[in-house]
Amino acid sequence: MRVQEAAFSPDQLQRSLPAAGAVVTFTGNVRDAGAGGAVDSLQLEHYAGMTEHSLQAIAEEAAARWALAAAHVVHRVGRLDAGEAIVWVGVCAAHRAEAFAACEFIMDALKTRAPFWKKEHGPQGARWVDARASDVARAQRWQLTRTGDADGAPGG
Amino acid sequence: MLRVLFFARLREQLGCESLELASEPGIDSIAALRAALSERGPVWKEALADANLLAAVNKSLAEPGTPLVSGDEVAFFPPVTGG
Repeated sequence: MRVQEAAFSPDQLQRSLPAAGAVVTFTGNVRDAGAGGAVDSLQLEHYAGMTEHSLQAIAEEAAARWALAAAHVVHRVGRLDAGEAIVWVGVCAAHRAEAFAACEFIMDALKTRAPFWKKEHGPQGARWVDARASDVARAQRWQLTRTGDADGAPGG
Repeated sequence: MLRVLFFARLREQLGCESLELASEPGIDSIAALRAALSERGPVWKEALADANLLAAVNKSLAEPGTPLVSGDEVAFFPPVTGG
């Protein structure tokens, strides 16, 4: 787990993962438009200490739920320009079902539990990004899934 | 003594990043602390009335009934928007 101000390279992070039958990665980038209009940059605030603790707990939950060879998360904080990578998740497993499911689970959990807050800066000024009900709904699907379900697909 | 932190929009609304509060017998849960902080003035009352606010105790997400003891670090913040 890494929380950092510096930019990262998804390609370089992927090369750091161990060899495995299935590798699934996710990269989230800063969009150039939000609910409040055009976005030039984001300011990412976080609760230092809790952030790392939260990401570690999420990765451990994923490892307890699926047989994984690795689960890594990198998240940026501070100022980010539109188009820059903000979050990266890399998961390795023997087979794709576990890797896909664990990667999606980690992102869904991060979106609703890890203490990060985005403030968008654009031509109209600055505004805090509102949490989305759809993110909460996505995270809740995993609570309906049986633990140890090898398919890993969310229930419901 | 309780250390209380505020983040993001809530921090800006309150104009307060952190404060320290002497432990009092009545302030024994997240809900009780929130009620006590709401008494600090109209801005506090309005900002802390937001039903969507989340709380953490010692860097773990907490519920209104989560008990507090002296030395705890408590945080209040809006729903998270990372990723």
